[in-house]
Amino acid sequence: MELLDFARGPALDFAMLVFVLGVTWRLVGVLLLPRLRDRSAPREGAPPRLVGALRAIVRRMWPRKEFIQVTLFSTINSYVFHLGLAIVVFGLAAHIVFIHDLFGLSWPSLPSDLVFGVGVITLAALVAALVRRLTHPVLRLLSGPSDYLSWLLTTLPVLTGLLATAQIGARYETLLAAHILSIAAFLIWFPFGKLMHAFLFAFSRGATGMRFSHRGVKV
Amino acid sequence: MSPAVTPSTTAGFDRQGERTDDDRVDAAMRSFVREFGVTAALHMESCVHCGMCAEACHFHVATGQAKYTPAYKLEPFRRAYLREVGPFAPLVRAFGLVKKLRVDELQQWQELIYDSCTMCGRCTMVCPMGIDIAELVKEARHGMFKAGLIPERLALMDRAAQEWGSPATPAEDLPDILAEVSEEHGVPIPCDLPQADILVTAAPAELGDHTKALADAAKILNRIGVKWTMHQGGFDASNIGFNNGDLQLQERLTRAIIDTAVKIGAKTILLPECGHAYGAARWEAAKWYGQALPVRIIHMTEFLDELIAEQRIRVKPIADTATFHDPCQIVRRGGLEAAARRVLAALGFELIELQDHGLTGYCCGGGGGVVSNQRATPLRHKVFEMKKAQVEATGAQRFVTSCGQCRITLEMGAKHAHWDKKTESLLELVADNLAD
Repeated sequence: MELLDFARGPALDFAMLVFVLGVTWRLVGVLLLPRLRDRSAPREGAPPRLVGALRAIVRRMWPRKEFIQVTLFSTINSYVFHLGLAIVVFGLAAHIVFIHDLFGLSWPSLPSDLVFGVGVITLAALVAALVRRLTHPVLRLLSGPSDYLSWLLTTLPVLTGLLATAQIGARYETLLAAHILSIAAFLIWFPFGKLMHAFLFAFSRGATGMRFSHRGVKV
Repeated sequence: MSPAVTPSTTAGFDRQGERTDDDRVDAAMRSFVREFGVTAALHMESCVHCGMCAEACHFHVATGQAKYTPAYKLEPFRRAYLREVGPFAPLVRAFGLVKKLRVDELQQWQELIYDSCTMCGRCTMVCPMGIDIAELVKEARHGMFKAGLIPERLALMDRAAQEWGSPATPAEDLPDILAEVSEEHGVPIPCDLPQADILVTAAPAELGDHTKALADAAKILNRIGVKWTMHQGGFDASNIGFNNGDLQLQERLTRAIIDTAVKIGAKTILLPECGHAYGAARWEAAKWYGQALPVRIIHMTEFLDELIAEQRIRVKPIADTATFHDPCQIVRRGGLEAAARRVLAALGFELIELQDHGLTGYCCGGGGGVVSNQRATPLRHKVFEMKKAQVEATGAQRFVTSCGQCRITLEMGAKHAHWDKKTESLLELVADNLAD
């Protein structure tokens, strides 16, 4: 079996299985823990709990004005690579074909040069995030192997995707196989580390939103 | 209860009781594990280690030390979670992915959990994942208390409160204290009435240094002509159990005020100008009851706001500029930002806000028991400098707050810094300026 066939076939199948089962297990495992109801009387005029949750989910998309200056780099850089990843993953024609084959969904693609440019910017932002993590005293203290692994497995698909598109360093088939294998590795790691925040952020923000909207605080 | 100012004091750790190290770790772990309801678990799971919380924490901002990063303060708690509770706990243990906690690590964390966290929740406001870090620190304290690993000064107050129902004074001294205050200020203060509509409670400082606050409250209550009383059965609402992580004591002190209110037929419990009293009674008391409380719990600031709005009292305007320190438990974690400002407006103050105010105001540096923990004094003074600079920048004539513990912290900071700005109480300002 060619490397590319292995990557497209068993490797990706296995990775997706781990991804789906792992994400489900982790979400269900947490959400089934005991719920402690807040029986205190709500502040007069407090919104329904779900509304409080949704408001916090939306509000936390951007820092409060008092914190913008001190979090500016992280905020902007994070937006750049999150949006960049989304544009690359869902905008490239080859990705759309791949997703269509899997799920039968399709949409118009973006020009490939544009997506390539966005890919380069995304990679640069990811490198900037790593440099900051390695040099900022707070981030160095907080970071462990799991953080660096999450970074590596997010960055590799971007890097190999750019190399495959530009056909630099090896045969296209080899580069494509490397790209797909790096995505498989990303999917396998996803449920175990902090990449899960892609799902958890809404629950986490929502829980705080419920707690504090009940008290009449706009978190 | 004013802790001695000893700048040479360095943070360390204290232990309570004679126990083996393993026993302490086991007790902490059992407590940690019990704490994880769905919200705490979601919050443990969602941290991406972005470090933004450091930028919100007054202890980090004042010192620049990375160890004061709020997320880092939760590290032992997070490890306990991953090993014992998380969805992958069996894998984590089987492969030894997360090491078991050791007692020396818990001891080391005592400083981070108690000396350098006021549970003010400013970090909660910045977290892009919306993690309520302050609440997790409070839950971590429950484990530290069970392990007998809390600062000795707080443990001492805990023992006093277990015995007396207050860290300040035994319940049986209350009638004498009230009689003295009553005589000194010429205001009747009812005590132990068998029936009343409002049960009025105090903060420890009001039973010692700030006794005028009792007279001020009495003056207003007498003016509006309600039937009210203070009561030996439940008189101190500050709830040291809430701060220390002593859940049993928290429950006992909570029940004391609510049971007393029910016994005397009171429909309302009036809380003093105290932040943690509000957190413990207003938002957590119902937890112990398992149902909605049979009484309304109201903070002094809300009470003043309502009386003014309903025109049950009128106040003489003060033609000064003022700035306001927002007590975290009342405003950021309590929702009374607007109420305090309405009272200030009624007093005729021209309010000049601090650079950081309202939901993102900086903590006084003394909340969560830090004011009583003499080890933390040098750290607290560094935080005070930030507040002092912000107050001075407003150029306001008066400096007002609505929490007695904040006032004590700010007064101690001012004394240390030889700063002559007085921290005034909102209650006192209203009481002193009641119009006929």
